[in-house]
Amino acid sequence: MGERVALIDYGAGNLHSVQNALRTVGAAVEVTDDPHKVRSADRIVLPGVGSYRACARGLKAIDGMVEALEERVQVGAAPFLGVCVGMQLLADRGVEHATTRGLGWIAGEVVRIEPSDPAIKVPHIGWNDVALMPHAKNHAVIEAGEAYFLHSYHFAASDPADIAALTDHGEGLVAAVAKDNMLGVQFHPEKSQAYGLALLERFLEWRP
Amino acid sequence: MTVRIRVIPCLDVADGRVVKGVRFVDLQDAGDPVEQARAYDAAGADELCFLDISASHEGRGTLLDIVKRTAEVCFMPLTVGGGVASVEDARALLLAGADKVAINSAAVARPEIVGEIAKKFGSQCVVASVDARRVAPAIPVQGEPPSDDTTPQAGGLRWEIFTHGGRKSTGIDALDHARRMADLGAGELLVTSMDGDGTKAGYDLELTRAIADSVSIPVIASGGVGNLDHLVDGVRDGHASAVLAASIFHFGTHSIAEAHKALRDAGLPARGI
Repeated sequence: MGERVALIDYGAGNLHSVQNALRTVGAAVEVTDDPHKVRSADRIVLPGVGSYRACARGLKAIDGMVEALEERVQVGAAPFLGVCVGMQLLADRGVEHATTRGLGWIAGEVVRIEPSDPAIKVPHIGWNDVALMPHAKNHAVIEAGEAYFLHSYHFAASDPADIAALTDHGEGLVAAVAKDNMLGVQFHPEKSQAYGLALLERFLEWRP
Repeated sequence: MTVRIRVIPCLDVADGRVVKGVRFVDLQDAGDPVEQARAYDAAGADELCFLDISASHEGRGTLLDIVKRTAEVCFMPLTVGGGVASVEDARALLLAGADKVAINSAAVARPEIVGEIAKKFGSQCVVASVDARRVAPAIPVQGEPPSDDTTPQAGGLRWEIFTHGGRKSTGIDALDHARRMADLGAGELLVTSMDGDGTKAGYDLELTRAIADSVSIPVIASGGVGNLDHLVDGVRDGHASAVLAASIFHFGTHSIAEAHKALRDAGLPARGI
């Protein structure tokens, strides 16, 4: 009974905390590096922390995984959630260390946060606003609130229509991207107490 | 609003139990770390920090179990420090469920460890500890021009890195060490005044500010908090991005909500409106 959430295991550091949070809100989570299981999953969650390049390489190193994700998410329209670097991987490319290709599902690139004010610290660490874009007010999953951020790079999305929420760290930074059945959050719902757990709960109910 | 000032309760853990040292001696047992962590999570702490002060190998094994059980019931970031001396130590803690590792004496003995862990797991999980004490400014030798060390940042004040709970001096200038940690890839600095620790006299604001102003990564102020004003001072005058405290929360003197409110009342961004 019930739906099966595939949590992609490609060596990302926050795998277990995302798994734990999803389980806490009642998900039947399958941690997997098997493309076949991704093809048959009802929902897909892509975690990720650390270096964009390492994460992109880790994902691509699993034979058939990118193809399976494309098939299930892009074609099959399964609800998808990317967390932190898992969200950034949706972009065309990341420029941490050297340019690395991402999945290219949501147009844009991942670039370093470069505040003009030296008092603004990087990494951006801590609780900050998730402020919805007007067109995202009725999104079924992302809601306005406070969430925990931890990142030095941010998703510079090319199309404002793909930006669901912003946060403020010296400048407006993308807090969430949303397009069709895909949602990516820069912050960590698994570390954002009640706000984060509620978001994961809504993701489990999402019928995009 | 902008990013909130983080209020971080810190639990000193030895052999599986929470203790809080006053100036790192006179330890007083005050409970089960997992239960404490759960309570702080429910109270809306912005993060939690465990510092392991176990002397024994067995104690360190216990720590991994505590971290694992804490990560299962807490949905806030967890930093774990104390005795992290290798990439393997960091990996074990991160796998157990820590989000960040704090590195202290190992980074004094061999600063490169910070870069190695950052390279492997990302800067976001590396907190470099800067444990410092005030030292007298070096006296210039007559007839010689004063060295750079004697014309320091904040009106003749100097701080040195100390290890072994503040007992052992290293001769390393604290600001130099802080900058080095940042350059090597630390994601943030945990700046502890070993003079202030346990005294309840407040953070060493000059130390905190001197470091915060000389690095581009966030600084967590630590050591000496006795009341809520000290938290405000740490941010306003110390330029810290986060404030760490132990006993004022631990013994119920103040709640996390009161700490957040004190910061907001001072016009600083904090959670819980």
